[in-house]
Amino acid sequence: MAEMVVKESKGKKGKGGKKAKKMSTRVDLTPMVDLGFLLVTFFMLTTTFSKPQTMEINMPIKDDTVKEEEKQAVKATHAMSIIADENNLVYVYMGIDDPNPIKTDYSANGIRKILYEKVREVDNLTVLIKPTDKSTYKNVVDLLDEMNITKVKRYALVPVEPHDMDIIKKLL
Amino acid sequence: MPKVKIPRKSTLVDMTAMCDVAFLLLTFFMLTTQFKSDDPVVVSLPSSISEIKMPDVNIVTVTIDKSGKVFFGMEGKYNREKLIDKIAENKNITITPEQKRIFSLLSSFGVPISKLPEFLDLSQEERNKPGYQTGIPVDSTNNELKEWLKFAKIVVYETDRSLYVSQLFAIKGDGSAAYPLVKKVMNTFQDKTLQINKFRLVTNLEAAPPVQK
Repeated sequence: MAEMVVKESKGKKGKGGKKAKKMSTRVDLTPMVDLGFLLVTFFMLTTTFSKPQTMEINMPIKDDTVKEEEKQAVKATHAMSIIADENNLVYVYMGIDDPNPIKTDYSANGIRKILYEKVREVDNLTVLIKPTDKSTYKNVVDLLDEMNITKVKRYALVPVEPHDMDIIKKLL
Repeated sequence: MPKVKIPRKSTLVDMTAMCDVAFLLLTFFMLTTQFKSDDPVVVSLPSSISEIKMPDVNIVTVTIDKSGKVFFGMEGKYNREKLIDKIAENKNITITPEQKRIFSLLSSFGVPISKLPEFLDLSQEERNKPGYQTGIPVDSTNNELKEWLKFAKIVVYETDRSLYVSQLFAIKGDGSAAYPLVKKVMNTFQDKTLQINKFRLVTNLEAAPPVQK
């Protein structure tokens, strides 16, 4: 493997005068290549190539001095509540008192389809994301992501209220 | 028929080109590499279609693992040195220069402040032993995360005033972490004394679904 290739100079043309043997300058590079690729492999395996992506989120400023009347109310017809519950289930209802809440999931044919429909039907749709205490962080990120996918312009992360649980009770 | 002599060819190949390629790649990887930080916990991030990259400098990350422990991490060795100074000053703990040096090398940690000096005296293996780091308390009665964030915000602000400080805080949560804890962390961010209302959620990239009309 690691032999040096030394070419002997064949020609002995010179009649007189001893000439020093010409040594080849070629060096076997195989070990160097080995070393190079070893290091390449090392760096390839240890590197974190892609930086993680982030989702930016703006939360409303918590300010107790704002009076209840000054808060911007959402029209009931524009409001859509999404309740994230345990076992990856989602409940959706419109307005304040929807007689027909929907039970669905996080698939493309589930919540996304409903959102697309509602975005088309309702102007200024405002989505209220209400994760219950049994939901996971993934559920919340998924819902926020759905907002980006379906291009819902106004949405908020709000705590779930007993009233919400009453509405979805019959679906539980 | 006369025998056709096949001239013996040398099996030696010129390695120069290959060597060039190898070292070119090596240089590339050496320059682009960022070593994986030895986080005390592994989190499996949820995925989203968001393509905003995480900034490199001055970012402050709060990690939530699936068992509900909260870890705190800050980028930058000098920032961490400043941070530990401020914490030591305000929380009445004494930090030796050696402990400070070790702290400045920690990418993320999760111990209560009272246990911090003891924690920094341990060896790296002992520190990263699963179960040793119990997480930073975030309860309403004892919210140490708030203290860390408060001083981190000051440190970041001292380093670079031009930065949009509020965008430098990120939550790196495990997908299966329970939401109430995440809510607690978010509420800590939004605490009146901190006012971090704009922050980031670290996610993995997933392909965006086709646009529906």
